[in-house]
Amino acid sequence: MTRIRLFEERTLEVLMQGKLASTMCHVSIGQEAVAAGVCMAMQPQDYLTSTHRGHGHLIARGGDLARMMAELMGKATGYCKGRGGSMHITDMALGHLGANGIVGGHIGIAVGAGLWSSLSQNRAVTMCLFGDGAVTEGVFHEAMNMAAVFRLPVVFVCENNQYAMSLPWSKSTPAVDFKTRAAAYALPGVDVDGQDVAAVYQAACAAADRARRGDGPTLIGAHTYRFFGHSRGDPSAYRDPEEEKRWRARDPLPLFKARALAEGWLDEDAIVRIETEARQAIDAAVAAAEAAPPAADSVAFEDVYAPSGAQQLIDKAVSA
Amino acid sequence: MTTLMFRDALRQALREEMQRDPRVFVLGEDIGRYGGAYAVTKGLLEEFGPRRVIDTPMSEGTIVGAAVGAAMVGGRPVAEIMYVDFMAYAMDQLVNQAAKIHYMFGGQINVPMVLRTQQGTGRGAGAQHSQSLEAWFTHVPGLKVIAPAIPADAKGLLKSAIRDGNPIVFLEHKGLYALKGEVPDEEYLTPIGVARVARAGDDLTLISYSRGVHVALEAADELARAGIQAEVLDLRTLKPLDIDALIASVRRTRRVVIVHEATLTGGLGAEIAARLSEALFGRLLAPVQRVAAFDVPLPANSRLEKLIVPDAARVVQAARAVLNFSPQETIS
Repeated sequence: MTRIRLFEERTLEVLMQGKLASTMCHVSIGQEAVAAGVCMAMQPQDYLTSTHRGHGHLIARGGDLARMMAELMGKATGYCKGRGGSMHITDMALGHLGANGIVGGHIGIAVGAGLWSSLSQNRAVTMCLFGDGAVTEGVFHEAMNMAAVFRLPVVFVCENNQYAMSLPWSKSTPAVDFKTRAAAYALPGVDVDGQDVAAVYQAACAAADRARRGDGPTLIGAHTYRFFGHSRGDPSAYRDPEEEKRWRARDPLPLFKARALAEGWLDEDAIVRIETEARQAIDAAVAAAEAAPPAADSVAFEDVYAPSGAQQLIDKAVSA
Repeated sequence: MTTLMFRDALRQALREEMQRDPRVFVLGEDIGRYGGAYAVTKGLLEEFGPRRVIDTPMSEGTIVGAAVGAAMVGGRPVAEIMYVDFMAYAMDQLVNQAAKIHYMFGGQINVPMVLRTQQGTGRGAGAQHSQSLEAWFTHVPGLKVIAPAIPADAKGLLKSAIRDGNPIVFLEHKGLYALKGEVPDEEYLTPIGVARVARAGDDLTLISYSRGVHVALEAADELARAGIQAEVLDLRTLKPLDIDALIASVRRTRRVVIVHEATLTGGLGAEIAARLSEALFGRLLAPVQRVAAFDVPLPANSRLEKLIVPDAARVVQAARAVLNFSPQETIS
C-alpha cells in the first residue's frame, strides 16, 4: 500500500513536471487497500485483469516500479515498450492480462482466462478487478452469468470508489449492495470495507479458495473512495467536501498502521523501514526511467500483428 | 480430391485442427447439441465432448470476450457468432480488445483466436440477419479478415486461421454452405493474404470475394459468349489485401469492376478502387467501377432482397460500361 501511495504521489509530481508521455493518467490514491488485499490473496500461477486506474494492481502484484515509471514516461524500457502508457500497463510474466481502457471491457476476458483454466485444469484463479462504472455496462451481466453457469474460477471484485467519473453510485443503480446483485446469478456476494486491507484480503482469500475448489465465482464489492478527481483535469466539483472529508478520515494507510501496531503485526521500526524502502525504490525507479532512452519512432509501427504461425509453416513447407 | 459441401469442408477443418491440437476448442450459441444454426459444427460435440464444444448462453459480447481471454492464456478458441449482424453486440471485445492487445501491451501477449460468423443475403432473412459487414472489420488494424468463396479455400483458410496466432474474423456466406467443390484429400493449408485467379482473362478484371465471386463468374460466362474474356480474381483474404495480385492483373487488363454484396458507401470496393487508382491511374482505360448493394437495409421479402444486391446482369452492365468507356464523355 505504501509503495502504491508513494508511486502515485510521485507520478502526479512527474505529470506536473510535464515528463509523462501521455495526457491520460488516473491515480487510485485512497483505494490502495483493495489492490493490496486482492493481490495478496493470489498465487503465482493466477491471473489478474485490471483497469484504467490500475497502477496499484500491478504494484501489488509485484510489478517492477522502474519499468512502470518508464512506461508512463514513454521510454524504451517501459513495460509496453513505451507504447501503452498508464492505461495499458501489463506484465504478462506476472499473469497480469492488462490494464484496460474500456470500462468493463476486460470482464469478458477474465471469463475467458477462467474458461481456459477450467478446460486445461491449470489451477489458476483469475482476479477480475473493475470499477463501479463497469457494473452498469451490459458485458458485466453477460460475464457474470457465463462465469456462474460454467462455475469458472474467477473472482469478480468491484472496486467501488463511489463515482463513475462524476455519477455517484446511488444514481448509477438502485441496487447498491453486491450481495443482492450476486443473488441474480446464484453466486455468493460479499460487501467489504474497501479501506480495510485485512477485510479485503480475507474476502479475496475465501473467494479464491472457493474458485480453486471448483465451486465457481464470487462477486465482491469493495467499497472505497478515490481521494482525487477522475483524472488530472477533474477538480471533483460534483462531490460534497464533507463527504470527501469523511472518507479521507478513513485513509487505508493510517488505518492499517494503527491496526498493525495494536495487533502487534508490526512495530514502529518496521513501519519506518517499509516507508523508507518504498521511497528509495521509487526514487530509483524515477531515476532509472529518466535515464532510459525514449521509445524509438519505429515502436509506433511494430507489433500490429504477432508473427503468423501458419505462414511460418507454409514457408517451411515451400522451402523444404 | 473429394467433392464436399462448403459447410462440410469447414467442419473438416475444425475436426482436423481439434485432433491435431488439444488447445483448439469451439464455443458459441447452439453449436453443440443443435449442431450450429447452419450445421457447420454438427457432430463435433459427439466426437470431442462438451469441454471442447461449448454451448454458451446468448451473450455475443462475452462469447468473443471469453475467446480473447482464453487465447491470451494458452487456448486456441474458435468462437462462432451465429449472424454477423449480432457482432454489433461484440464489437468492443473484437475491436478494442482482440485487435489491440498485442500492440498496446508491447507485444507481450498474443491473441490467437478465430471468430467464425456468417453473413449475406439469399434467405430473405431481413434487415437484421442479412448484412455484409466486412468493412467494419477490415477498417481495424490488428485484425485479419477472411472470406472464402469455395469449399477448398474454406477448409484451407480456416486451418491457417486457427494456426495463425492473431485475431481473425472468418466470414462465411449463408448462401454458400451447400455449395459443392473439390477438396484435396491430403492435408493442406491455404495461405492467408493471397488472392486466387478464379478465371483467367485479358479483357478486364472482375474483383470479388465470398459469394460475389460466383456472381462475377456468372457474369464472365455471359461476357465470354460475347467474345469478352474477363479475369475473375477471388480475394479470399480481405485483410491483409493481396494488392500486388490486383495491381498485376489490372495493369494487364487496364479495366476493372469490383463486385461485393455489402453496401456501396464505405465498402471494401472503395478501398480497392482507391488503391488501384493510386497505382495505375495513367494505365487505366476507364474509371474503376463498383457493383455493390444499394445503400438501403435489406427487406425480408426475397423478391425485394434480390433487387438490392448485385447480380450477374448488373456486373455485365458495369463491365460493358468499362469496356465501352470513352474519355470524351467526361469532357463537358
